[in-house]
Parts: sequence; structure tokens; C-alpha cells
Amino acid sequence: MLLRLVIVAVLILVFWLGTRKMQLVPGRFQGTVEMGLDLVRVNIAEDLLGKKDGRRFLPLLTTIFFLVLFMNLTGIIPGINIAGTSVIGLPLVLAVASYIAFIYAGLRKHPGAFLRNALFPPGVPWPLYIIVTPIEFVSMFILRPITLTLRLLMNMVVGHLLLVLFFSASAFFMTDLGGGWILAGIGTQLFGVAFTFFEILVAVLQAYVFTLLTAVYLQLALAEEH
Amino acid sequence: MLEALIIAAEEGEAVNPLIPAWYDIVYSIIPFLLVLFVFWKVVLPRMQATLDERSAKIEGGIKQAESAQAEAKAALEEYNKLLAEARAEASKIREQARVDGGAILADLKEQASAEAARITATAQQQIEAERQAALVSLRAEVGTLALDLASGVIGESLTDDKKATAIVDRFLADLEASEKAAK
Repeated sequence: MLLRLVIVAVLILVFWLGTRKMQLVPGRFQGTVEMGLDLVRVNIAEDLLGKKDGRRFLPLLTTIFFLVLFMNLTGIIPGINIAGTSVIGLPLVLAVASYIAFIYAGLRKHPGAFLRNALFPPGVPWPLYIIVTPIEFVSMFILRPITLTLRLLMNMVVGHLLLVLFFSASAFFMTDLGGGWILAGIGTQLFGVAFTFFEILVAVLQAYVFTLLTAVYLQLALAEEH
Repeated sequence: MLEALIIAAEEGEAVNPLIPAWYDIVYSIIPFLLVLFVFWKVVLPRMQATLDERSAKIEGGIKQAESAQAEAKAALEEYNKLLAEARAEASKIREQARVDGGAILADLKEQASAEAARITATAQQQIEAERQAALVSLRAEVGTLALDLASGVIGESLTDDKKATAIVDRFLADLEASEKAAK
């Protein structure tokens, strides 16, 4: 678990150095850092929430994105080999943060109407509320944080298990069994390498998805009409 | 061998991955808060400042270019105006020169014609004076001649001056009268 603090230190160091001496014409390192920040700022925050709200929630979205990304990437760094997000604590904390953020945003924007509109969507005939209201309640206030947590957690756990499986199988085939099994060991080793690259994709994708969903929830909470 | 491994794995304590341990939560909240703080208070304000500065610079550049263009346009207009003024001035001067030249020419012509008229008048006066002189001398001559001739014809000297002069004067008066009548 101390691993997470090390990763946080690395993350903070990268962004601290990357934005320490900001130039109008960025160098390579600053350009890379800016590109990362712009990905969240332009493609997620401003696209979904617009300029004003995007700026308000940008710190949260940026934090979620880079924290998840860096924690995910540790799953494929040799010697660490376990993603910081493959233990339930971090995904849960981030999901709760996202949950608090969108409820806060909704209550702040529509103090009286947020919960009513969320639970009793306008324009629905009243008998349907018997069905609609429990569904809305469950989907909005229970399933959203759970799905956020589990999607990230399971992706990382499964990725970790796959890699563990491939590499320990390789070791088992090659050293414990030997003989003809070495060929099988080579096969599993190659698969392990391939899935390591695949894990990079998953790491980026999951960070993006987590952030995007948080932004979407915020957007739904901020929207004029529910 | 395989069976032994499986048994070994099953003997390990079963942990449900969905139930978080308390230290897991703590070690999740701390990184989250740290990173949130750094992004919120340090990285994003710096980024925002740079973006603002950059866009200000670009806008400044655009504005500068616009003002330079406006300046150039103003200079061109000024130049064109000056050129037009100079042209107008030149044509005015040319016009003036033409007018002046015409005036000078007319003046000279007038002077010349006045001079010519004066010369003509002088000449006429002279001619007239000479004619008068000639007339006077002619009259005396003609009188003498006529008297001589008449003396010759009538054999009598018309030396009686008084008579002679009277005759001549009458004759000439008649002549002048007839001349006047003829005119």
C-alpha cells in the first residue's frame, strides 16, 4: 500500500516539474505534460460540461484521470507488477468522490428540484412512478458508484491475474516441467508479452472511461432538464 | 506435483476482493487528496495562467498586426492625398501660367499695336505737315508762274502787287471751293 504513496510522489513530481517553468512555446517535456492536461481539459471537461462548469470540476476530473492512469500503469511496470487500482480501496474512494461531486453539483444547481427530477422524472404519467422511481433511485444512487468501482477494479484485477497466469505458467513449464513443455512455456511467455501491451491500452482506456463517466454524471446533474 | 500446488493454493486464506480493508481505504484517500490538492492548487492554475498568457499573446499579436495594417493604410491614404494635392497644385500652376502667358501676350500685342498706331499717327502728321508745307510753297510758286504766264499772254505786267495778289487769292479760293464741292 506504500506503493501508492510512491506513485503519488512520482505523479506529483512529473506535474510539478512539467509546470514549474511554463513557457509560452513549450519544450518537449512541458509539451507532453500539457498534452495530457489538455486531453482532460478539452476532450472531457469542456466537451461535456462546457467552459464554465468544465473549469469548476477540472481539478477533480484531472485528479481522477491521472491518479487512475498512473495507478493502472504500475500493473505492468516490472518489479511492481500490481496496479494500484487492483485493490478495491482506490476505485471505491474515487467512485465515492465522483458520487459526492455529482450530487453536490446537482443540489447546488437545482437546490429543490434535483432530487425530485432525479427520482420522479417530469413528463411521466404518475402510475409509472411506482416502477420508475425505484429504478431511478437504484441506478442513480446505488449502481453508479458500484459500477464505477467494479469496472475499474475488475479490469485491473483480471489484467493482473492474466499476466500472473501467463508468466507463472511460463516459469512452471520451463523450469518445473522442462522437456517438451518448454515450447508451451515459450507460447505462454509470448502471450504474456502481448497482454502486457494490451494492459497499457486497458490502463489508459479505464482512466479515460472513469473520468468520462464522472463528467457525464456531472453533466446530467447540471442539465436544466432531467 | 500439480495436486500439491492446488492443495497449497487452497490452504491460503480466502480473501474477498470486494470488501476493502481499513488501511486500503486510508491509503486510497491520502493519495487522492494529495493529488487533488496538487492539481487544484498548483498544476492547473499554472496551466491556466499559461493558457491565458498564450491566448493573450496571440490576441496581442493579432491586434498588433491589425494596428500595423491600419497604420500602413493611413500612410497610404496620406501619401495618396499628398499626391493628389501635388497634382492639383501642379495643374493649378500650369493653368495659372497659361493664363499669365495669355495675359502677357495680349499685353504685348496691345503695346505693339499702340506703338504701331502711334508710329502711324506720327507718320501721318508728318505727311500732313509736309503736305501743308508743299501746298504753301506750291501756292507761292504756282502764283508766280501763273502771273508770269498771264503777263506774257496779256503783255502787261501784272506787277501791281496788290492786284496780282488779289487775283491769285481769288483763283485759289475758287479752286479750294471747287475741291470742297468735289469732296
